[in-house]
Amino acid sequence: MTDSNTKSATAIDVEPIIKGRNLVKTFGHVVGLNHADLDLFPGEVLAVIGDNGAGKSTLIKCFSGAHTPDSGTVEVEGHSVHFRSTNDARSAGIETVFQTLAVSPALDIATNLFLGRELRKPGPLGQIFRMMDKKQMRAQAAQQLSDLGISTMQDITQAVETLSGGQRQAVAVARAAAFGSKVIILDEPTAALGVRESARVLQLIHDLRERGMPVILISHNMPQVFEIADRIHVQRLGRRVAVITPQSHNANDAVAIMTGAMQVPEDEQTPGPVR
Amino acid sequence: MNSTVTSGVSAIDLSEEFDQPSGPLAKIQNILHSYPYLSPLIVLLAAMAVFTVLNSRFILPANLSLMTQQTVIVGTLAIAQTLVILTAGIDLSIGAIMVVAQMMMANFAASASASNVQFALGWPWWLAVAAGVLMAVVAGAINGFLITRLKLPPFIVTLGTLGIFTALSLILFKARTIQGPELPDGMKVMGKAAKLGSFNLMLGVGVMLFLYGLFSYILRNTAWGTHVYAVGDDPEAAELSGINVDRVLFSVYCVAGLIIGIAGWITIGRVGSASPNVAPNINLESITAVVIGGTSLFGGRGTMIGTLLGALIVVVFDFGLSLAGIDQGPRLLTIGLLVIAAVSLDQWIRKAKG
Ligand SMILES: Nc1ncnc2c1ncn2[C@@H]1O[C@H](COP(=O)(O)OP(=O)(O)OP(=O)(O)O)[C@@H](O)[C@H]1O
Ligand SMILES: [Mg+2]
Repeated sequence: MTDSNTKSATAIDVEPIIKGRNLVKTFGHVVGLNHADLDLFPGEVLAVIGDNGAGKSTLIKCFSGAHTPDSGTVEVEGHSVHFRSTNDARSAGIETVFQTLAVSPALDIATNLFLGRELRKPGPLGQIFRMMDKKQMRAQAAQQLSDLGISTMQDITQAVETLSGGQRQAVAVARAAAFGSKVIILDEPTAALGVRESARVLQLIHDLRERGMPVILISHNMPQVFEIADRIHVQRLGRRVAVITPQSHNANDAVAIMTGAMQVPEDEQTPGPVR
Repeated sequence: MNSTVTSGVSAIDLSEEFDQPSGPLAKIQNILHSYPYLSPLIVLLAAMAVFTVLNSRFILPANLSLMTQQTVIVGTLAIAQTLVILTAGIDLSIGAIMVVAQMMMANFAASASASNVQFALGWPWWLAVAAGVLMAVVAGAINGFLITRLKLPPFIVTLGTLGIFTALSLILFKARTIQGPELPDGMKVMGKAAKLGSFNLMLGVGVMLFLYGLFSYILRNTAWGTHVYAVGDDPEAAELSGINVDRVLFSVYCVAGLIIGIAGWITIGRVGSASPNVAPNINLESITAVVIGGTSLFGGRGTMIGTLLGALIVVVFDFGLSLAGIDQGPRLLTIGLLVIAAVSLDQWIRKAKG
């Protein structure tokens, strides 16, 4: 362990599962990230909060492979990585529910779940004729959705455009949950969901944590964040301004930090793992 | 450009009548939404029935086989056009690429004693055909390169390459028609027909139907096919889903080139000679077939079978109307109205929900 973390809440040094340092991302003249850092530790739920335009989505996209940072480093389990596409990140075990959901409206639910990693039929049908195993994909997709407790979608061959906004979000969450092996990133996964569906997604995050799966959750919903997060990363003007916990600060503090009305001294922050 | 035209049309024609999202109309909307080739199929069958009533000779096997032969050039090219339009692109250079390819085939294969020939290389026919097809693939790759690397809209790129490839035919091959007798038989084999009673099944028609079957299969059953739809539907979502959008687009234009090359070979067989002026309106005709076949110009929606039906509809209308003694003017008018009706229908279908 090179950078021994003196401020860690625990005595043991734990290597973050993903770590970003000094990330800069600009879009023409617009600065998306201005030397942003991020640490996600094994088994934790890290909430990322911040005002609109604070750079939350831009930040997580550096770990999803959707953005290549202009400068700065991204590490997965201590190894420096350079994701050039979301496929690179997926192969590294990092799954993302993007804010825009990234589902293809004209394609059906099962096809969307497996988009970009379609299953092929075994034997020559798959190898020579490249035939997809639609039956298998549909069966697994149906299983995945029912595991999530999403029963409102009867027909797995229904086009996604025929679904409600919340159902589409559920499809995107199911896709991430089905394939994520190391990290799951959720960018406002409950924004379009009703109370019941939101609760389901929260339950899913609980379940993922029980399984030891680290989760990054971007959310504007403070009660939700304070209920579920182990640590809270506050993003402001393209950088991380503080990391707090539901124990160290309350929701009013969080909002004050987000807006710049309050600064948190280093020794009141929680840069290391808490569980 | 297309979007403004088409949305204007649908607003006038359909919105008042059809916007209510309930009742039997909504049901029809949903069925057409799930089976986009259903409307062209109905149109084709209805048209054939009407033309048979107008003139019973319409349905004679000899006439039907003539119609399949008239479909073969535009029908084959429309396969390439469908792939491109499914990705929300458009290919205006299809005809120019086909002409370069077939002129290359003919020039390379013509014997040294032939007249009118720039390159009388006397190559074996299959080598010359392969060279022409390769030329078409390279031309498609150039389109794909410009679209994916320089991020230019397909409409502009292919408008430019339409000029470039046409110029290439003129410069390299001097735009001279190479007559049938100067070409080896193998090059004209696509025009050979098997007699099934009085129905002549041309080899080129068989190849076209095979290609329709093949690409239907590919679009429906392979990952590449799924990605073609996804890229046309929402390229950003596709990219975030781990699809290499540029690679899919590039491959689509290359595959389109391959199909165009084969179409060039078929054209030599069908026409019996290699002429640069063989099908001057073929770009627009191929787009017409695709659109009438129910494929959306906005990408992500459409089928190969629909395009085949679309190509047949155009020929059936043309043939049937002329058999009924109707002039070319009204015939063109009918096709024009069909296109507008098809696009309006697409607009309406796209609004279907649930
Ligand atoms: N693709 C892009 N092109 C141009 N500017 C962008 C792009 N993506 C993000 N930005 C800009 O970068 C800044 C940060 O955007 P980002 O989407 O990361 O914010 P956010 O914190 O996720 O906001 P929200 O809560 O609204 O989702 C904004 O000023 C935004 O305009
Ligand atoms: Mg965002």
